[in-house]
Amino acid sequence: MGNYSKDEELLDGLISNDKLAIETIYKDNYRLIQQLVVQNNGSEDDARDIFQEALIVLYQKVRSGEFSLQCQLRTYIYSVCRRMWLKRLQQKRIYDTPVDPHSEQVPVEEDLELHDQLDRQYGVMRSALGKIGEPCKSLLEAFYIHNKNMQEISSYFGYTNADNAKNQKYKCLMRLKKLFFTQYKNGN
Amino acid sequence: MDQIVLLDRTERYLRGEMTPEERFAFEELRKEKQEVDQFVVEHHLFAANLETYAEMERFKANLYDVHHTLKETGELAEVKPAETGRLVAFWSKYRRTIAVAASIAGITALLTSTVTLIFSPKTPIRDIEELRRKVNTLEVRTNTQDRQIKAVNQKIDPNAAVTFGGTSFLIDPKGYLVTSAHVVDNARQVFVQNKDGQDLKTELVYIDKDRDLAVLKIKDQDFIAPTSLPYGFRKAVSDLAEPVFTLGYPKDEIVYGEGYLSALTGLKGDTLASQIAISANPGNSGGPVINRNGEIIGILNARQTQAVGVVFAITSRQLIRSIEEHKEKDSSLNIKLPTRSTIRGIDRIQQVKKIDDYIYMVKVIG
Repeated sequence: MGNYSKDEELLDGLISNDKLAIETIYKDNYRLIQQLVVQNNGSEDDARDIFQEALIVLYQKVRSGEFSLQCQLRTYIYSVCRRMWLKRLQQKRIYDTPVDPHSEQVPVEEDLELHDQLDRQYGVMRSALGKIGEPCKSLLEAFYIHNKNMQEISSYFGYTNADNAKNQKYKCLMRLKKLFFTQYKNGN
Repeated sequence: MDQIVLLDRTERYLRGEMTPEERFAFEELRKEKQEVDQFVVEHHLFAANLETYAEMERFKANLYDVHHTLKETGELAEVKPAETGRLVAFWSKYRRTIAVAASIAGITALLTSTVTLIFSPKTPIRDIEELRRKVNTLEVRTNTQDRQIKAVNQKIDPNAAVTFGGTSFLIDPKGYLVTSAHVVDNARQVFVQNKDGQDLKTELVYIDKDRDLAVLKIKDQDFIAPTSLPYGFRKAVSDLAEPVFTLGYPKDEIVYGEGYLSALTGLKGDTLASQIAISANPGNSGGPVINRNGEIIGILNARQTQAVGVVFAITSRQLIRSIEEHKEKDSSLNIKLPTRSTIRGIDRIQQVKKIDDYIYMVKVIG
């Protein structure tokens, strides 16, 4: 059982993407969520997906700056997982009364709405990146996601010098921008 | 300027990597050249989205790593299901019974439908009567339509030169409309047409040339005043890059367009207006600019188009101020702008359906 101050620390670690914090949250809570999913018509893989998505919900909520923990972190994670898993069961048209391995719950409907909304926003960028093709995708990911510098990129992708890599990056970025804005304007 | 250089400078500017002198020079350039400003605003929005996406991807990668490490060290042992799911248990127990029951049900259903098909009476006569009734109804309807067309013809002088000036929309359910001043300037008579093609006579209430706004009032017996309006007017300043949409009459039917707020000020820093990236043409002038909450943030002003896809909008705050000023001059002016949107949180298609009744085409007879 975690106490509140430990939970707050974990949340700080979570939003700075600290592996140790993620590991601790995993060790403290994964088993419970596994029980929840597996005892209610789910598989191991379902449990992993639901748990990771719940941590994303938590991450987004804390990032949005509107989060203050009103209950134990364990109860919050459990409530998010439970709500998401029941939704998924409904989609599969399974309406059994759920077996609850944890008794406390808090309302999380609004947080899940925020999550859906943010996911739609990421979806625009994800689908734009999915459409530009290689080597553009890897090149831009190396620069913008993995924070590699131009020197590293040019040696990795086999460009003769950093200027060539820069030129290529420019072309790729312009294509990505075009794809992104086409989608952004049509139905955000 | 070379596009690669522009991109490079924009990225450094947005990341705060410029020296103060460079920064000053770049800001001057933004003020001077609209396309540079537009590029910076767009890139800012794009870069912010890319960065959030990147953060999310890095977080997901860590989640994935942690899961695998813990699985390998055996700290995430698999739990066996405490009991087989009730549904599964039920299924394996009664599988055979269910199969038999299902086939019986199938056969019965087939038999019933065959019997119904064979013994049901054929009714061609009834069909013909039904058809005749429909034709009669159609005739009556055509006659009514003829009468309505005549009525419309009488109302509009057929010889008058009608120009499709722009767009307007209701700002008060009593029949007050707003449009751009340049749309109705020097008009002898102004009609507005709703999306069903019905023409309504209007009177000019006042014209505010400084803000390029005009308020009209529908004075027509055919006008059915709605009890309330679905949208509200936004008083606060809007957010940069906020997605917006508009409805208007760039041609003879209502057209929907989407874009986003690309600068908080208009042409050459004009504080009355905002800049919007949207495709529009002069017929869109006077149309509403609406955000995702169903709040009107501005009135489109597509008179001067400098770059493709960039238009300006008079902010809703200016409309509010304009009306207040005219109320002081003329106390009989009884306009109350709705402040609350009732279409917050519903999807875009539904929002448009609830709004388009209140958007009118402006027909100017000069």
